[in-house]
Amino acid sequence: MHVTLKLFATLQDYLPPEARKTNALALELDAGTTVQQVIERFGLPQKLCHLVLIDGAFIPPALRATRPLQTGETLAIWPPIAGG
Amino acid sequence: MAWTRKILRVDLSSGACKSEPLNMEWAQQYLGQRGLATKYFISEVDPKVDPLSAANKLIMTTGPLTGTPASTGGRYSVVTKGALTGAIACSNSGGYFGAELKFAGWDMIIFEGKSAKPVYLAIENDKAELKDAAHLWGKTVWQTEEIIKKSHQDPQTRVCSIGRAGENGVMYACIVNDLHRAAGRSGVGTVMGSKNLKAVAVRGTQGVSILKDAKAFMSAATAAKKVLADNAVTGQGLPTYGTQVLMNVINEMGALPTRNHRDSQFEDARKISAEAMVEKRPSDGKSHLVTNNACFGCTIACGRISRIDETHFSVVNKPEYWGASGGLEYEAAWALGAANGVGDLEALQYANLICNEDGFDPISFGATVGAAMELYEMGILTEKQIGMAAPFGSAKALCELAQMTARGEGFGKELGLGSARLCEKYGKPELSMGVKKQEFPAYDSRGIQGMGLAYATSNRGACHLRGYTVASEVLGIPVKTDPLVTEGKADLVKAFQDATAVFDSAGVCVFTTFAWTLADLQPQLDAACEGDWTMEKLAVVGERIWNMERQFNNAAGFTAKDDDLPPRLKTEPVKTGPAKGLVSGIDKMLPEYYQARGWDANGVPGKETLKRLGL
Ligand code: SF4
Repeated sequence: MHVTLKLFATLQDYLPPEARKTNALALELDAGTTVQQVIERFGLPQKLCHLVLIDGAFIPPALRATRPLQTGETLAIWPPIAGG
Repeated sequence: MAWTRKILRVDLSSGACKSEPLNMEWAQQYLGQRGLATKYFISEVDPKVDPLSAANKLIMTTGPLTGTPASTGGRYSVVTKGALTGAIACSNSGGYFGAELKFAGWDMIIFEGKSAKPVYLAIENDKAELKDAAHLWGKTVWQTEEIIKKSHQDPQTRVCSIGRAGENGVMYACIVNDLHRAAGRSGVGTVMGSKNLKAVAVRGTQGVSILKDAKAFMSAATAAKKVLADNAVTGQGLPTYGTQVLMNVINEMGALPTRNHRDSQFEDARKISAEAMVEKRPSDGKSHLVTNNACFGCTIACGRISRIDETHFSVVNKPEYWGASGGLEYEAAWALGAANGVGDLEALQYANLICNEDGFDPISFGATVGAAMELYEMGILTEKQIGMAAPFGSAKALCELAQMTARGEGFGKELGLGSARLCEKYGKPELSMGVKKQEFPAYDSRGIQGMGLAYATSNRGACHLRGYTVASEVLGIPVKTDPLVTEGKADLVKAFQDATAVFDSAGVCVFTTFAWTLADLQPQLDAACEGDWTMEKLAVVGERIWNMERQFNNAAGFTAKDDDLPPRLKTEPVKTGPAKGLVSGIDKMLPEYYQARGWDANGVPGKETLKRLGL
């Protein structure tokens, strides 16, 4: 299945250089791959995976290991950040 | 010192500057800064006063922690009746001016009357006098600050001033201090300009003393600084990426108001985000962002200092803009960018520099341009009227309109009215995206429902800084709530509003609340300020301040009808993203909020509530 991974702020360093220009990377994943498996595959430190959204909707930390991604979805992850 | 116990009263009509003792009974009830100055203001000014008349007053005020070693303890506020809104205004600024005012020995300055000719107030410790400002009138903020520092022969002098926008009656003019920090919203600079007051220059060398328990204060301040340093948001996130990191977050969430709230996602959001600011530009190989920056005593340092691309069309042959300067912060980048559909980072920084240079609020300005662009696309405003083609997305129009607004030229004069008056004038009042004539900041209240209620009930008109439920609804601080639902938002908004009123009255920055709760602020206040400052007392102080402000607005003529959002947000569903199909649930939340506040159905605080709060 096709999934888009977006990594922002300091996490963008975990993307291949050419993907950093858009913060986005197209992924080809096996059906049933969970959020947590993507996090692990890219070696993202757990404590930096603070805000996790799928298609803009919040995924609580407790659901990351069980939430399978669906084809066409966008997984976006930020470290702890704030603004105003 | 916590309170200096001294007020400077400046009668601009007669030129008299007098010292008077601070009302310490009020200080115990309203703490300082926003709360205490508003108490003074309300006690002295008729709520029906014309904001631009001599009878309006303007108060510059510090908090008990301003100038102390508390982290972010450099804040000051300007309290008046807002030119833009006609509601109580309280605009807060960082930088160094507030701390200097405290070092000079003053808790606040109350300006009353109107000077017959342009003047500025010069303060050196106990000495205060009004000086002729004929040579400063017509000058920008940046020129004014430089001229004053030179003539005082003291680079340590701190200056706040209005630019040409404040002189020209731009309804959302700010008061800018330290070149790029501003008491930004509601037109406090417009009021200052109407009084012929160009600037305040202050030098204070008396330092900080007379804390209630200096040893306890130092240990409380140190412990609270550790909380900020250890917190991932205030210790790393804000200093590294600044507020601008929100651009992609809010866009992904489908709550980034775009093209005057026609859309809620901006296709060019990334191009104007924090991530774009650190990228190397193809033109010169340098990144837009130069460094981060801190206000007085701040251990967070969220501020951005950037350098514009010298080859960008806006600054070709204008070397005066090539140096490193303040910006972009998230709200400005959104208002100048997404709100108009402009995805050119350098153009946004140029417009932002013009806002800083001539002192006008980039949020209200950007949102007003967005309204004008919509009127243009509808054919209601023409190329001839505006003086150029101004479709959504035109970076050129944005830059030119910023200049024209600063100088009060051509259509810039109309933009200076703000979106409410502009849209009213052209027969489309519903296209003004704001509340109480003040433009929304950067969150779509259809996708972040709590913010709709926070905007509608904000005492100073639409504003994110009166009750920033984004912290909870988006960032999970202190707990995560669902941005798409209305349930629980009445209590959430009330809690944020009351706690923020305390932070705004203490002299510290509201950004500390990404890590601090009242429990981190309380020991610092209790050690610094005379009296017992318990958690219970602070909770009541916050709620008291909120209700006092509300009473002023009610007396000024505002009613429950003014606690409302534009029809677009209540009837036009979000088109894309996770909030797709949603409108604001303000009509459901508002009665719940009134109930949570102990107000009647008309938004009037009940007798019981007032009694409980000692009002
Ligand atoms: S957090 Fe930012 S705005 Fe607040 S005092 Fe520090 S630098 Fe200034």
